[in-house]
Amino acid sequence: MPLFDPLLIAILAPLALALAIACGLPKRWSVRLAYVAFAIPALMALHTWWHFSAQTQDHGYAFVSRYSTGLETLGISLHLGLNGISLPLFVLAGLVGFAAGLYALQSGAERLKIYLMLLLIMQGGLMGVFASIDVFFFYFFHELALIPTFIMIGVWGGRDRSYAAMKVTIYLTLGAMISLVGLIALYVKSGANTFDFIALRAHLAAHPLAETVQSNIAGLLLLGLGILVSLWPLHTWAPIGYGAAPSSAAMLHAGVLKKFGLYGLIQIAAPLLPAGLAHWSHWLAWLAVVGNVLVVGLITIAQRDLKQMLGYSSVMHMGYAFLGIASASVLGTGGVVLLMVAHGLSIALLFLLATSIHHRTHTFALDEMGGLAQKTPVLAAFFVAATLASIGLPGFANFWGELTIFVALWKFSPLITALAVAGVVISAIYGLRSAARVFFGPPTAQLAQVTAAHPPTDLRWNEKIPALILLAALFFVGFWPKSITTALNAALTAPAPVASVAAKSAALPR
Amino acid sequence: MNLEAVKLAAADNLWGALFPEMMIAGLALLLLVIELVLPKKEHAVIPDIALVGIFGTLAGLLLNFNSATLDTDSFNHLIHHSMGGQVMRAFFLLAALFVCALARVNLARRPVPRVEFYHIVLVITAAMMLLVQSNHFVMLFVALETVTIGFYILVSYFRTSGASLEAGLKYLVMGALGSGMLLFGIVLLYGVAGNPALRSYTADSMQFGPLAVFLAANPHQFLASVGIVLVLAGVAFKIGAFPFQIWIPDVYQGAPTPVTAFLAVGSKAAGFAVLLALAGKDGVFNSYAWLVTPVLTLMAAATIIFGNLAALTQHNVKRLIGLSGVSHAGFLLLGVIAASRVPMATGAVYFYLFAYLLASFAVFGVMTHLAGADDSDQELDHYAGLAKENPFLAAILAIGLGSLAGIPPLAGFMGKLFVFIAAFQAGARWLLVIAAAGVVISIYYYFGWIKAAFFETWTPPADTAGAPARPVRTPVAFAAGAALVVLALGSLALGFFPGPFGQLLTLR
Repeated sequence: MPLFDPLLIAILAPLALALAIACGLPKRWSVRLAYVAFAIPALMALHTWWHFSAQTQDHGYAFVSRYSTGLETLGISLHLGLNGISLPLFVLAGLVGFAAGLYALQSGAERLKIYLMLLLIMQGGLMGVFASIDVFFFYFFHELALIPTFIMIGVWGGRDRSYAAMKVTIYLTLGAMISLVGLIALYVKSGANTFDFIALRAHLAAHPLAETVQSNIAGLLLLGLGILVSLWPLHTWAPIGYGAAPSSAAMLHAGVLKKFGLYGLIQIAAPLLPAGLAHWSHWLAWLAVVGNVLVVGLITIAQRDLKQMLGYSSVMHMGYAFLGIASASVLGTGGVVLLMVAHGLSIALLFLLATSIHHRTHTFALDEMGGLAQKTPVLAAFFVAATLASIGLPGFANFWGELTIFVALWKFSPLITALAVAGVVISAIYGLRSAARVFFGPPTAQLAQVTAAHPPTDLRWNEKIPALILLAALFFVGFWPKSITTALNAALTAPAPVASVAAKSAALPR
Repeated sequence: MNLEAVKLAAADNLWGALFPEMMIAGLALLLLVIELVLPKKEHAVIPDIALVGIFGTLAGLLLNFNSATLDTDSFNHLIHHSMGGQVMRAFFLLAALFVCALARVNLARRPVPRVEFYHIVLVITAAMMLLVQSNHFVMLFVALETVTIGFYILVSYFRTSGASLEAGLKYLVMGALGSGMLLFGIVLLYGVAGNPALRSYTADSMQFGPLAVFLAANPHQFLASVGIVLVLAGVAFKIGAFPFQIWIPDVYQGAPTPVTAFLAVGSKAAGFAVLLALAGKDGVFNSYAWLVTPVLTLMAAATIIFGNLAALTQHNVKRLIGLSGVSHAGFLLLGVIAASRVPMATGAVYFYLFAYLLASFAVFGVMTHLAGADDSDQELDHYAGLAKENPFLAAILAIGLGSLAGIPPLAGFMGKLFVFIAAFQAGARWLLVIAAAGVVISIYYYFGWIKAAFFETWTPPADTAGAPARPVRTPVAFAAGAALVVLALGSLALGFFPGPFGQLLTLR
């Protein structure tokens, strides 16, 4: 057990402060310490990213540590570590969490202490999801991060918050329960009597599951995790939930927590159940391209509410991620991880900016805005940059993610690729249109009234810093994707080659 | 004087092994004596004596937990000492402790006799502890009737309240029916197993061991099958499994809140311990698995579906928690079904019961503080705005309900996980699907309760002329607050670090 365990520190620091706040830490200290507690996971994440290649690797994992929770008889223990797939997401969680925390600290929300406490619990859970090697704790930390989301939507949410909280809770619990049944099935059927991913992988490599068993379990996991990632037609919770969620909760959920499902499919399902995923890949690809990309894309164009639009656009972009998984190739899967990081950063930035716009216009309705760029040029610049990133302009991380997915997808099915590329046009339409509606053109009468009563100021520094963190990361990955892909490539090819999945899927009768 | 006989009795009957039951029963009698002896103004000390006595017994039990008498029979095979029995004894003592703590808050505001309440609770506790260790149908029936008759009195303890009396009558009628079915089943088994025309017949067919041998030798005997189904039905009354759950909403609503808690936790757990002895690992009915497993499977599926759907529409929290308890009985049945085939299932059921105890008493503790003069009038609306007025109680409520709903990182989630794993290992796939659906449905009503406490604000209705719109809340005393904190921390600790309790899973 190492003396300095950056992963455990990143998980425990936010949780410890949350506990202290629950025990009645005074507000002044809660706020001050919250800066530290949000910064620690981000710093630890950067530390692991910087030192990753120098670390000794244990079955492809670095920074490995193991703690007992007394459930060894069931093969459960807190086994932490990072590999090339989880490292970028761990860093994503740290950065988005830091930005969301900073944004929450300046938001002046009602009952700020409790708000911060819930956000800290979420942050601790998120760090845990991507740091866990043990499949049980992978699920456990996800749920830990999920519960505060419900409460934050219900208490601090906007319009229809009660309804939105209920809907999100029921949908996501359903998804989580189905995934849990899938994971239990995997645990029991593997016969390895362990939830430890490394041991499971080794056991299943020696005794692979029968194909029907694999496809049944993969079906459960796809359905359960699909609900959590808003796979069409089970996506309806997302726009309503994000529309009502307070900004920091939306940033963390849409930016990071939602990636749990994709991460589970790539990290756990792809190496353990290759034939199972291959069995469903055509279903998945068609659902994703027709449902998520085209149908939801068109719905997004029709949105009149900025936050709802962002919610729908995030559903749409998840379609690309599913397509990458369906392609079942190293290139496509790597592209999904890149896209997850890029989308997480850009959607978090967009939700942040949307709330900043709302502070200035007092509305989310796109029809009631216009011409804000004259008064708030910096805000406009940020928003346009974030929009361009989410469309997938070269120079931003999103570009590499989408590009590699399309290239990988061509081998899988040229028709689907063509449809998916058409989706990029759709996202350009709604992205640019929303930027134009909000910032350019003449201001509407309602907006003129509001701005006359409260003259809008440009982005303040405490809003700029979190936005800058996210934008800088987008640029960084956009210009130097190798910072992520070296380790990612190693993880996807070395221990359990995903390439064999493609070979297997080609061999399967259709 | 034949000293040898006395010595033999002392060596054979192992009275010492029953010291917790004797302590508790003695304590029950002691309370009555103290009431006679002490002057009236000193009577307030009696509940404290009960609490200290129970606590002492629990400590004594835990100190002698791994005593040498394990896995032996005593009293002519009436009692079987096992690790499971030890665990359940500790469970009932813990439950009695919290029931007495609840009663201290709940009875304080009502003009009812105090001492008898604690007396009966203690007698029931001792009987439950004997019940889970019984190895003989006579022992089982006597202990079970002691429990049930005690509850007849406790349910209608508020004798000036119509709801309480109605609940008592309903419980009496339904309980008698349940006891009748159980007894009829026992008699059938006794008769058929004593029939010299059948293989392996036995003169001592009330005792579990010979009966199991007889059943194994005659695995498709018709009368024995009828007897087994009737015995299971009798036990199903106690745990509130479908179709014998019909008494639950009314009785839970009418009974005083501490009694509701005792029924929900203690009585249900006793039923499950008996069920484990009959149908679990090395159970008496194991050679009739062809019959018992489908019956229990159907029962579990129907119980989960009924409990969750019926709880959806409830506005009275006592009815709500009663019906949610029905669904918990269904989840526990999953574990019982798996127990005859999967080694870890027995431990999973015990773990689930402990998680259920911690969560339920946390919720009942909050309910007690919110209840007014009319104990049966506890509506969801009364919880509106609780988070603002009393954040402490709201937090305890959220932890308790979260654990009942099975949300990580609370104990209830671990319990559900273990039971689900056991059920999957036993091959009960469809049941698992139903259970997972049940969990999702249950989120709706548990979350609705939390929503009332956290998201809604209280607005007094305009048309109530003069009458108070909702009951006045009881301020949280230090001791009660400490007990609630212990319960909440227990739920959290079992969720985060199941550690020592993980050992329960290795129980065989």
